[in-house]
Amino acid sequence: MTPKTAAEEESGGIGKDLIVYLCLLALAGLQFIIAYQKIDAAQMLTRMLAVACVEAGLAELFFMHLWSEKRTFLWFVVIFTVAVLLGMQYGWTDSFRMLVGAAPFSK
Amino acid sequence: MSQADLTMEGHSTGLTVGPAFSIPTKKLAMWLFIIADTMTFAACLVAYGFLRNGTPNWPRPFHSITNVALMTFILLTSSLTMLIGLRSARLGDKAGAFRWIMITAALGVVFAFLHIREWLGLIDEGMTLLKNPWGTGLFGASFFSITGLHLTHVTCGIIALIAVGVRYKGGRYNADDIEVLGLYWHFVDLVWMFVVPLVYLLNLTH
Repeated sequence: MTPKTAAEEESGGIGKDLIVYLCLLALAGLQFIIAYQKIDAAQMLTRMLAVACVEAGLAELFFMHLWSEKRTFLWFVVIFTVAVLLGMQYGWTDSFRMLVGAAPFSK
Repeated sequence: MSQADLTMEGHSTGLTVGPAFSIPTKKLAMWLFIIADTMTFAACLVAYGFLRNGTPNWPRPFHSITNVALMTFILLTSSLTMLIGLRSARLGDKAGAFRWIMITAALGVVFAFLHIREWLGLIDEGMTLLKNPWGTGLFGASFFSITGLHLTHVTCGIIALIAVGVRYKGGRYNADDIEVLGLYWHFVDLVWMFVVPLVYLLNLTH
């Protein structure tokens, strides 16, 4: 079965968009619940970011109709974005080093 | 066939090749802008995380989640109204599409109003770009930079919604233009999904 084009998707009913919207609301609510859990900051950050990534995925695929685009384009966006985002994570170990050595800018 | 004809034919074949990824050029341009803007926001958020992790006395100034929850609800709802507007445009319902785009813009204005009200509250409590009463002065700089960048995007989105909506109603733009604008608006919403946990929820006073 070939995927529907963005235009075909939009001429259909609003049902799917409404479901995605409700899912996004629920996931946003989940982030607020996690914020009040009695867990350490690292665990909280991991859980919240995981929920945020699911939210972003849903928004991109269905609200921004990436799911209806050509698969090559979908993979271009996903691989390019994820690769650069991962590349930005190289500095975290240095931030822990600064924490241990008391960062000069924190005073 | 002469060499010149062959050359011309070659050129014309090159020119008639469809756009990259077989999607309209405007839409591709917007996607490329979104990818680039993702890097901008990601760089800001990673830098913020770096500072927050490396700073022992990071402030936790937020006492309530009511305002940020309301802002999140409004922005998510504006994404839905944008989709309804686009659907109306695709179905040829010009008046309906214009109405939903204006509702989206109005929700954006409410979001911006709540955001500015929150900023003013924090400024009243003594927070500036360089200092605050709760801890390291870096908090104010990173908070205002990230939320300010997002608010700038929302403001540009509102202006674009009104401009494109009016031009669509006047017949100068079509449903494809609304779809391209919709991509931008959903992106603004998507960024907020990361700003809320990192900037607000991790800095709640328990």
